Amino acid sequence: MTTKTQSMSAAGATRAANGPRFGALSSRRLWLTVLGWTVAGVIFFPIFWMVLTGFKTEAEAIADPSLIFSPTLDSYAEVQSRADYLHFALNSVVVSFGSTLLALVIAIPSAYAMAFLPTKRTKGTLLWMLSTKMLPPVGVLVPIYLLFRDFGLLDTRTGLVIVYTLMNLPIVVWMLYTFFKDLPRDILEAGRMDGAGTLQEVWYLLLPLTLPGIASTGLLAVILSWNEAFWSLNLTSSQAAPLTAYIASFSSPEGLFWAKLSAASTMAIAPILVFGWLTQKQMVRGLTFGAVK
Amino acid sequence: MNKTRASGRTVGGLRTLLLQAPAVSLLFLWMIVPLAMTVWFSLQRYNLLMPGMTGFAGLENYEYLFTDPALWSAIGTTLLLVGWVLAITVVGGTLLAVLFQQEFLGRGIARVLAISPFFVMPTVSALIWKNMMMHPANGVLAWLAESLGLPAVDWFSSLPLTSIVIIVGWQWLPFALLILLTAMQSLDDDQVEAARMDGAGPIAIFFFITLPHLKRAISVVIMIEMIFLLTIFAEIFVTTSGGPGLATTNLAYLIYIRALLDFDVGMASAGGVVAIVLANIVAVFLVRMVARNLDN
Repeated sequence: MTTKTQSMSAAGATRAANGPRFGALSSRRLWLTVLGWTVAGVIFFPIFWMVLTGFKTEAEAIADPSLIFSPTLDSYAEVQSRADYLHFALNSVVVSFGSTLLALVIAIPSAYAMAFLPTKRTKGTLLWMLSTKMLPPVGVLVPIYLLFRDFGLLDTRTGLVIVYTLMNLPIVVWMLYTFFKDLPRDILEAGRMDGAGTLQEVWYLLLPLTLPGIASTGLLAVILSWNEAFWSLNLTSSQAAPLTAYIASFSSPEGLFWAKLSAASTMAIAPILVFGWLTQKQMVRGLTFGAVK
Repeated sequence: MNKTRASGRTVGGLRTLLLQAPAVSLLFLWMIVPLAMTVWFSLQRYNLLMPGMTGFAGLENYEYLFTDPALWSAIGTTLLLVGWVLAITVVGGTLLAVLFQQEFLGRGIARVLAISPFFVMPTVSALIWKNMMMHPANGVLAWLAESLGLPAVDWFSSLPLTSIVIIVGWQWLPFALLILLTAMQSLDDDQVEAARMDGAGPIAIFFFITLPHLKRAISVVIMIEMIFLLTIFAEIFVTTSGGPGLATTNLAYLIYIRALLDFDVGMASAGGVVAIVLANIVAVFLVRMVARNLDN
């Protein structure tokens, strides 16, 4: 903005004549705009292309790449006639949000204890929790599968909720811990002086004050559950199958029908993509684990 | 005085214990029950295709596993995959964060577009890349190469691991960008301005001010990505199925092959134990280092 002299490039000059608001469009800014949009475009391209392909006919989908075609909803109709999208989407919603809520309920007391009543073992406990995330799920698939079979949890939403809760619990505890730790201790001390018990302290002070952090933790957990494909594919078949299973059902034998595959994929990722766009600002705060302020 | 403090601590300790009990005990069960069963199976002869052949096998499965060249190849692939993706996402993410920190027209929308791949399911992104991008005949990349007069690359057969690295890198680059961009926002403008006054160029500013500032954020990126990259599965499952040969078989996929394709529960469990040990080695070396970094 201070570089009036620099903005005397061709583009900058013409824009500058239009009014002071455009005066800042220096050639540097123009180049940055071109570069920034190019990079963003390249990164986003595969998603854009998939959405586009969903509106093509199968013949157009495998023809030479082209932006010009008459859009059709045939693929969507075809996909919908083969599998009930809403059934899978509903499973995804129930399982992601259910497991996230449950994980938060279990994690909040634990994170509270770690942040405000730390012991020598707190650090070790945290690291141990995170290390459980490093086990390849496939390494313990057989025992989990057998246990699920014996407890009648195969292909049930309850079963998936349990798995996703446990899967996200370490990260949820850790994130909440960093948020809680940032809270000035004096506030809780003051509450305690006024005679608040642990429960009241958590409910009336801690939760309202750290709500943004709890929200971003929850958002991340929802996204991780929504996109999880290993457990959902191996532990569900029809009743409780979420959108990851829906996509898998279109991928293997019909992998060649790109338009249908694209239509199905677009429907599978649309809700979480929009959800992610709307909440990205909020989520970032959680993802940075309080390390970045 | 001493007494009350001591008893206060015990009460506090008890409270800590009670509050942590649900999370800790659930995670402990979630870890120990399957782990114990895995270790137990790994010592058994247990192949679903040979129901008659059961019984205690001792370390037979492990002996077989460790003499199997597939294991070492899988460990190598796992580490290569993690290493390359980390390198690409950290370096690329840092550069992108610097770019998207600059003022330009429509920056907000460009940012949202650039972080979008993070929200896409691994299965879907693998499918997009496999079919629409990297397909040797009809893919966009093949078309692009042909338009430029270059031979089309058959990605998954000639550059299998590179292809997987590209797909996984594409998914995780936005994540690194997201974190590092946030970290950039707390960079002290005055400090940068002062350095510029002293005659520091953009490159010097990047290396001596921006990069040190991002150190903690980079640690966070490395730690979280590693947790997920060590167990990459869906991308391989959808695209190459571990091949050609063993070129893209990482440890997670090898166990899957043994367990679900060969029906050898004993061997798969032994592989699972090895994967768990490997994860813990990485955890000890790297996570601890990063965690220490986070404390400061």
